[in-house]
Amino acid sequence: MTDATETFPDAIPGHLAGHITSRIGHNSDDLIEGETGTWEIIVGMEVHAQVSSESKLFSGTPAAFGAEPNTQVSLIDAAMPGMLPVLNAAAIRQAVRTGLGLNAQINLRSVFDRKNYFYPDLPQGYQISQFSDPIVGEGRVTVDLEDGESFEVGIVRIHLEQDAGKSVHDRRPDATCIDLNRSGVALMEIVSKPDIRSATEAAAYLAKLRSILRYLGTCDGNMQEGSLRADVNVSVRKPGGELGTRCEIKNVNSIRFVRQAVDYEARRQIGILEDGGEIDQETRLFDPDRGETRSMRSKEEAHDYRYFPDPDLLPVVLEQSFVDEIAASLPELPDRKAARFADEFGLSAYDAGLLVADRETADFYEQVVDAGGAKRDPKIAANWMTGDFFRRLNADDLVIAASPVSAGQLGGMLDLIADGTISGKIAKDVFDAMWESGTDASDIVEEKGLKQISDTGEISAIVDQIIADNPEQSEQYRSGNTKVAGWFTGQVMKATQGKANPQMVNQLLQEKLGS
Amino acid sequence: MAKLTDLTIAEAGVGLAAGDFTARELTDAYLLEMEASRGLNAYFEETPERAREMAEASDARRGRGEASGPLDGIPLAIKDLFCTEGVLSTSSSRILEGFRPTYESTVTQQLWDAGAVLLGKTSMDEFAMGSANITSCYGPVINPWKASGGDAAGKDMVPGGSSGGSAAAVAARIAAGATGTDTGGSIRQPGAFCGVVGLKPTYGRCSRWGIIAFASSLDQAGPITRTVRDAAIMLGGMAGYDPKDSTSVDLPVPDFTTALTGDIRGLRVGVPAEYRMDGTPAEIEALWQQGVDWLCEAGAEIVNISLPHTKYALPAYYIVAPAEASSNLARYDGMRYGLRVEGEDLTDTYERTREAGFGAEVKRRIMIGTYVLSAGYYDAYYLKAQRVRTRISEDFKSAFENCDVILTPTTPSTAFALGEKQDDPIAMYLNDIFTVPASMAGLPAISVPAGLSADGLPLGLHLIGPAFGEEAVLRAADMIERAAGFDARP
Repeated sequence: MTDATETFPDAIPGHLAGHITSRIGHNSDDLIEGETGTWEIIVGMEVHAQVSSESKLFSGTPAAFGAEPNTQVSLIDAAMPGMLPVLNAAAIRQAVRTGLGLNAQINLRSVFDRKNYFYPDLPQGYQISQFSDPIVGEGRVTVDLEDGESFEVGIVRIHLEQDAGKSVHDRRPDATCIDLNRSGVALMEIVSKPDIRSATEAAAYLAKLRSILRYLGTCDGNMQEGSLRADVNVSVRKPGGELGTRCEIKNVNSIRFVRQAVDYEARRQIGILEDGGEIDQETRLFDPDRGETRSMRSKEEAHDYRYFPDPDLLPVVLEQSFVDEIAASLPELPDRKAARFADEFGLSAYDAGLLVADRETADFYEQVVDAGGAKRDPKIAANWMTGDFFRRLNADDLVIAASPVSAGQLGGMLDLIADGTISGKIAKDVFDAMWESGTDASDIVEEKGLKQISDTGEISAIVDQIIADNPEQSEQYRSGNTKVAGWFTGQVMKATQGKANPQMVNQLLQEKLGS
Repeated sequence: MAKLTDLTIAEAGVGLAAGDFTARELTDAYLLEMEASRGLNAYFEETPERAREMAEASDARRGRGEASGPLDGIPLAIKDLFCTEGVLSTSSSRILEGFRPTYESTVTQQLWDAGAVLLGKTSMDEFAMGSANITSCYGPVINPWKASGGDAAGKDMVPGGSSGGSAAAVAARIAAGATGTDTGGSIRQPGAFCGVVGLKPTYGRCSRWGIIAFASSLDQAGPITRTVRDAAIMLGGMAGYDPKDSTSVDLPVPDFTTALTGDIRGLRVGVPAEYRMDGTPAEIEALWQQGVDWLCEAGAEIVNISLPHTKYALPAYYIVAPAEASSNLARYDGMRYGLRVEGEDLTDTYERTREAGFGAEVKRRIMIGTYVLSAGYYDAYYLKAQRVRTRISEDFKSAFENCDVILTPTTPSTAFALGEKQDDPIAMYLNDIFTVPASMAGLPAISVPAGLSADGLPLGLHLIGPAFGEEAVLRAADMIERAAGFDARP
């Protein structure tokens, strides 16, 4: 395959123009069938991730979410006369860490620029950002899909910038109120290449990015609180054709909404083009209630931001040793961990991927498998976790840290299955009981008398009884209808309240019926 | 005994230490003079109650044997551009009408910590944009000097700007010293017009925190005083590293008065050919030569130097400074403080507020600044001007390999009458032609009163030093001062 040399039309801001998309070829499932032929979706994303940090980017004010309005605003954040920004070094560390985690080039020299425009949530009348010399350069992310396929998304750059305050429209009927708590919080803007080819891919990319950031501890990825937001650029074209005009869907704040927004927008654009119309390059918002995107009335007066280097700040100059030190301190990231899980534990790539999506989940899993003393079958542990355990977490809307069942408890239950104390089927009931009560598996088994019956004599007696009581079915079996063995098994299990060891039942039935 | 307000800072310090008078008496003397000189319009806000409190506190300290140093008890005028806690700080602009900061600028806090006394805030050109102090929302400041002859005889004269109020106050002896800020010449040029000393330190020497920003890469606080020694004393109180200002330089602050040795034998004084400009009045050329002779007689070595990019400094300045200002002044939007003129919607409110709040010169410079930063023009103007600036810095660096200080005139004219040069902004901008290059290079520079024009108006000489070379500059300035023996009074 040759390298793609498609470039974006002039509609793209200068610093993105000329960026080559590295995706050629695509899963044909990603194409959309229109009336005039098939269409390809091209998606790029600019993800704004709030830096996990005590203070804001240029002031010492706390950056935490949820405080009463205008209680986390310093003189600098409010842009009082005479105030000056001072760079929070921790934010630089976090940006470098993020860049390294995304396999990106760290720029040892970077510059803060002013992006000038007027809006009440922007007290300075400019945002301090990075335009021509960002702290992180090109990188890449590998994204796995559910079907086992994976694709790569190129990262163009990452830069640091100030977040704006918040406009609150519903507090007063006659005015918009401004909360400056968020003004000045450090953001990393992660710009992807337009390598994404479907709504599903878009959602998967954002999920992977979020996962990596959380692993690194550089962003908590809490989309409801606004820690992570995506501006999604969508355009469509006939495969192999010229790139279409793109629309930017701003501030999408959930992974699910990203998928819906891309899907809606692509179809909207296809609809217009098939009717012979043209796409207006514009900024749009996703309305989750309607599942639609709609045009934003332009909130920023000037489209010319008149970027220039901020004269209140010095260029950021980093030593290579500083970068190396951060690189040495990175945790095992999801891709490496998933590969290790697949290798060490014999898991499928898909299961490994599920378990490593969250660092807490991966740690939980490893504790179940190997808690120092006890070692458990990793595949069985994986099945339990990705099955019943995840199901209950989702149903109860809990994060793993809030799980009523600990890694030790789950592991304990697996031990009881492994040593035959309970059957796999009974274990499901035990698991539910553990979840409800938080009690250990062994205690539940004791309390409810759920111990598996594995005594040959006991089961033998019951099997004999059932065979004796059901001569018709016995006759059926002997005359060749082996399927009726299942019925017999069912009867034995009923007679033992499900506690008979199923393998033993089957074995004995075979022996006794067969003879 | 001499009138208390005739004492320099150094002399007052001696008197206070000797117990010849109290700080309270000194301050009261100034407060009286201030009342008598209100016609100059130098102060727009007097702070007599606070001044008396501070003076009394100084006396109490001295009584306990805890006097802070040479600035303890010294009454000062503070330029409006400095944020002073609880006291009007408006940049002499309507758009900051009524603004009383809840915080104190680093430079003034240091002065109060050193025991100095706040007499009041002085008027200035609005947002420090100007060289005649005629754009202040409080009305023009009047130069205490008057021409004795020529076209302007008897007329009100401008004090220069933007620190016109501070310079006039020092010249009129209604402050022992004053703070100013200098972006393209705003301390030195009014110093020259008012016959007082004006010192702009190296960029980064004094903190900019709490000083209302005009052009961030150029603004510097500095003292305006009657003598070079006083400037050295005040600079010692004003300078110092401030972690709240990322452009502040972490260098120790020496006792600058120790530089005034009176000995400049072997000092190499550079005389730049490019500062000889067509149209400069003969008497200014003559004074420049006189300055060269004085220094030569005192044992200095005169070196002819070249600063080839001099003529580009002013045009480059009038791209860079307005560009930064257009961004720095964006925060004055009527949303959080200062003037708000309600409009029909957000945009209308912004427009009405800034229309009413900013004067014509400020608007002019915001527009120039916005233009030179705009897409399609950034490279041709702003980027180019910054490159020219690097050339100018390099000129000075090369020159300082062959000399220790550079001597030039301060201004291309004496003070002019109120009303002159007002039809053509460029004519006004040319006032800074000799001072701007040192600003663009971030170098320390001083203006020292050196003589009177034929019409009896003060003329200044200008010394530029290498980065953080304030001591050489002060030493040479001190020699000019001694040789000139300038004792004329307005």
